[in-house]
Amino acid sequence: MSEVRVAGVGLTPFGSHPERTGRDLFAEAALRAFEDAAVARSDVEELNYGNFMGSLAEHQGHQAPLMAEAAGVRCPATRYESACASAGVAVREAVRTVAAGDADVVLAGGMERMTNLPTDEVTEGLAIAADDLFEVRSGVTFPGAYALMANAYFDAYGGTREDLAHVASKNHANAVPNEYAQYRKEVSVDEAMDAPPVAEPLHLYDACPITDGASALVLVSEEYAAERDLDAPVAVTGTGQGTDRMALGDRDSLARTPAADDAADAAYADADIGADAVDVAEVHDCFTIAEVLALESLGLFEPGEGIAAAREGVTTADGDLPVNLSGGLKAKGHPVGATGGSQIAELTRLLRGDHPNSDHVPDAEVGVAHNAGGTVASAVVHVLEVAE
Amino acid sequence: MSDDGADAADASSPTDREYAEWLDALADGDGFAVVCPEGHGSLPPRRVCPECGSPELSREPLDETGTVETYSVVHVPSPRFADDAPYATAVVDFGPTRLTGVVRDGDAERDGDDAAPAVAIGDAVTVDIGERATDGERLVAFRPAAGETPAEDE
Repeated sequence: MSEVRVAGVGLTPFGSHPERTGRDLFAEAALRAFEDAAVARSDVEELNYGNFMGSLAEHQGHQAPLMAEAAGVRCPATRYESACASAGVAVREAVRTVAAGDADVVLAGGMERMTNLPTDEVTEGLAIAADDLFEVRSGVTFPGAYALMANAYFDAYGGTREDLAHVASKNHANAVPNEYAQYRKEVSVDEAMDAPPVAEPLHLYDACPITDGASALVLVSEEYAAERDLDAPVAVTGTGQGTDRMALGDRDSLARTPAADDAADAAYADADIGADAVDVAEVHDCFTIAEVLALESLGLFEPGEGIAAAREGVTTADGDLPVNLSGGLKAKGHPVGATGGSQIAELTRLLRGDHPNSDHVPDAEVGVAHNAGGTVASAVVHVLEVAE
Repeated sequence: MSDDGADAADASSPTDREYAEWLDALADGDGFAVVCPEGHGSLPPRRVCPECGSPELSREPLDETGTVETYSVVHVPSPRFADDAPYATAVVDFGPTRLTGVVRDGDAERDGDDAAPAVAIGDAVTVDIGERATDGERLVAFRPAAGETPAEDE
């Protein structure tokens, strides 16, 4: 087994780029990742690329060879699709490939182009991450599914819309200094409370925006990094994945996300750490309630206690356990197929000390990234540690 | 794509056969779940139980009334529900399995009024088939069971 190092990370600014092609977005992220890594493109042995709705948004299937061209690499290239966890699974397979010694250098990440579609078509496109027959045809939208989970959570454990508004306000505040974030503006709890409803109890500021963007990571073996004297201080020490029943109604609990429990357990075991070792987290807050569910699945809070974490200041930038210092999906943006790679990129920057919010976590040694697909029928968790 | 005009109607409106048959059963008051010997319920089509893999599956009737486990009032719909919003969607426990559907008033289909039917966790509802206001497609519909005596059904 090799230790896996993050040699370089690259992102496009997240936001509305309706006129830019997917291939150009991924090309930009890959270019930045190679600049950051100082690794030769010719050394890349595999490309693992995440994308969810490119067939709808760009009428483009079979995107991996196209993205290999865009990145300037020639190697086996594969597209991974796992809804909003598409890049998470792409990165996970890259980590496993390097850890197993099957490759020394893998390019991983993803891209999503969404704002070129009308909002209702995006809504439809995202909804198909749910069970088409038994959920979507019964009126379940993507926000609607998380709204079902939010009401189930409130019923099981308590909590209010205002608790969720604190999550939104926190993540918007975190996005302000992040040059890659889509919404670099503060949103007060009152503003979030007063926003129009999307799917009750979730309102506009409980939802992540529609975003275009790409992410890319150059992952290398520790041996490769040492031979070339690369500056790659952050290691991916743990990876885990979980799967649950596709339809929300088929889950054991509507107020929990067991797939993420499983992914976290596996990632922590792989890294040989416990949840108490985590200093900083990037979690999949496609909706505010999703951050709450993520914190509990990651074992950072007991079931029922994650809801108060933002309001009580535990997960704010100055809190004991800052969560989503990037701004999260909520404010940084959520180009679906790029998000899992973006989370690792942000966490790497936070741990290296070159993120605009690194000052909030100057002594952080361990970070965790949580990426979810659909209503967490898929979940991927990675543990990152400062290795040197 | 196709090189002849045969069965154009079929080609333009494909049917998901097992789902359509299940909706037919629901419409006839014979809604069912697929259940294994361990008692795990699921929705068709199934060759094996999704929980335990057992191939010994049988059809079991849904409970006559179900309990709302969670719900949401959707204000921003997908295109297929454009004229239905706002509407309430709910997950309801019907014994061997849960169903997800849209909550409708007890007596008639919604007729363009601007509010979704009131619903709360713990409400008792019945299930049958309703129509999507947007395009008339069939969907799973829940209606308040309050006021109906169990003897009324079947």
